[in-house]
Amino acid sequence: MNLHEYQGKLLFAEYNLPVSKGKVIFDAKDAIDACDEIGGDKWVVKAQVHAGGRGKSGGVQLIDNPEQAIEFAQKWLGNRLITYQTDAVGQIVNSILIEECTDIAQELYLSAVIDRDTQKIVFIGSSEGGVNIEEVAKNSPEKIIYQGVDLDDKDFSQHAENIGKVLKLNPDQQNQFSPMLDNLVRLFVEKDLSLLEINPLVITKNGDLHCLDAKINIDSNALFRQPELMEMHDESQEDPQEAEAAKHDLSYVSLDGNIGCMVNGAGLAMGTMDTIKFFGGNPANFLDVGGTATQERVAKAFKIILKDPEVKVVLVNIFGGIVRCDLIAEGIVAAIKEVGIEVPVVVRLEGNNAEIGAKILEESDIKVESINDLGSAAKKSVELAK
Amino acid sequence: MSILVNKDTRLIVQGFTGSQGTLHSEQSIEYGTNIVGGVTPGKGGKIHLNKPVYNSVEEAVKEVSPNASIIFVPAKFCKASILEAAEAGIKLIICITEGVPTLDMLEVKKKVDELGVRLIGPNCPGVITPGEAKLGIMPGSIHLPGSIGIISRSGTLTYEAVKQTTDLGFGQSSCVGIGGDPIPGSSFIDMLKLFEEDEQTEAIVMVGEIGGNAEEAAADYIKNNVNKPVISYIAGQTAPAGKRMGHAGAIIAGGKGTAAEKIKKLKECGVHVADNLVSIGSKVAEVLG
Repeated sequence: MNLHEYQGKLLFAEYNLPVSKGKVIFDAKDAIDACDEIGGDKWVVKAQVHAGGRGKSGGVQLIDNPEQAIEFAQKWLGNRLITYQTDAVGQIVNSILIEECTDIAQELYLSAVIDRDTQKIVFIGSSEGGVNIEEVAKNSPEKIIYQGVDLDDKDFSQHAENIGKVLKLNPDQQNQFSPMLDNLVRLFVEKDLSLLEINPLVITKNGDLHCLDAKINIDSNALFRQPELMEMHDESQEDPQEAEAAKHDLSYVSLDGNIGCMVNGAGLAMGTMDTIKFFGGNPANFLDVGGTATQERVAKAFKIILKDPEVKVVLVNIFGGIVRCDLIAEGIVAAIKEVGIEVPVVVRLEGNNAEIGAKILEESDIKVESINDLGSAAKKSVELAK
Repeated sequence: MSILVNKDTRLIVQGFTGSQGTLHSEQSIEYGTNIVGGVTPGKGGKIHLNKPVYNSVEEAVKEVSPNASIIFVPAKFCKASILEAAEAGIKLIICITEGVPTLDMLEVKKKVDELGVRLIGPNCPGVITPGEAKLGIMPGSIHLPGSIGIISRSGTLTYEAVKQTTDLGFGQSSCVGIGGDPIPGSSFIDMLKLFEEDEQTEAIVMVGEIGGNAEEAAADYIKNNVNKPVISYIAGQTAPAGKRMGHAGAIIAGGKGTAAEKIKKLKECGVHVADNLVSIGSKVAEVLG
């Protein structure tokens, strides 16, 4: 689960990390009060969306007059920001963070993720922060440090020193960085993060370290023990169809083809999409209906798939595990009747009692092609979609 | 022979009396698996599915000497359950449950490695040695005792590979679903090593998918350490790049993780790559001649 920058910075502040004085607004009329409250004569206004690359897309602006904050808020609130990290539709802006202006001497990069290879939390640091960090990683790998942190470690001073060297910190900054790293590790572990990124981490004109941005992703599997973070969940940043699907424990991603797919298991769902492409078709979606394809779930899945007007045919590919295929077939028949589907449906059922399942489909009074072989089922779907 | 489990496996089930534990234990017993008991705290002393229930793994170890445990408890209790089994001396633990927090797994993985415990999963279908023992949620009926070792990150994709090798008459020595989580208990490499040493296994099918670096690491391992033919399929060749936050994921992946990268690397390392999900079986036939 992603957090907005302003939410991330609330967490940073809670963990004594240096962040700018700021205020989030959800309505343009609050802009002037916010600037007044923050004080000073220069501010930064930042559109809050779950994506990076905002600066390059006009989502961040430096202002020296509170009126400009109103203008900025009016321009963005309720509109969508498209950056190179979003899809073509972009992300809706529902809040603006107004912050005091920071005088920047230098931009650094710092992040932490869980590295699958070393099975550790890894801090990634570079003296070359800012938007081109991926280029730096690719072209000048020597300018990047990967510092693993073991959960059993209690003292991170050596880690801080290693990272500080690559960030080219002076002794004063190093003294600031050491407790900062302690706090970042604590934040990462205590709040069950899966990603933490400060880009840029800046050195101010006064020579101090300062977190200018905050990107945080929380391990969704751990939300049960992070109730206060769960409240920060912003559904508006998710695709409405995907969010609706998630409510029913269905995993759905909309794509631009015309063959709707309903599959059990994420791997098989991807494999089914590949097979459709292999035979010259285009999947309209990824949909994992989960382990137990009951009538209720199948009906819900059909409804979600068919909200996409491009869908010309639906391919159902269920490899029954423990649940018998005859029961799944009955569920599919009932779901199709319930939803009232007009496009052709191709069903491939495999697993326990697959033949009985196929027979139930064939003998039902609904229009469905039952094809036991996945290759043939995919081919048939491609044909019907033309 | 086979790997990890066979007819001598003495299994206990953690989360035995819950709905999932009950359903899958019934199926496993029907398949011929030797379940010697179950663990559900607070239900010790009861009999469930004609097997004794214990309050703790330690108690079960004392009473029925199990050598493997399968876990069906809810995700939030998995860390405690895995560690309980590991500390009680169980050397093979299979965790079926999905949704275990990643930081829990970092801690668990370190501990099981220290104790020399083989952990499979979490978020996996389990392990089966056809005709001998089924420790998992896979449909027993699609399997056939035979010569192909199967390893996969995904449940239903494993079944697909199993079905195809059964239909062509090869059958399987053992099948292992290692699970799709970021920090799995066992890796492709761990299983490749076991299959390479197993006499019954003539060829290995490795079913991978996009994301992470496990297939690339396995490819390097195969090149240097595996003499048996390895057939692979990578799912997600047409999956679109998703929305993303920040750069850290991209930096750590360093261009790896796409299907194209994985396939290229596997081919370079001498792995036979099936270009399509439906041609895994025929690729095995082609390689084994």
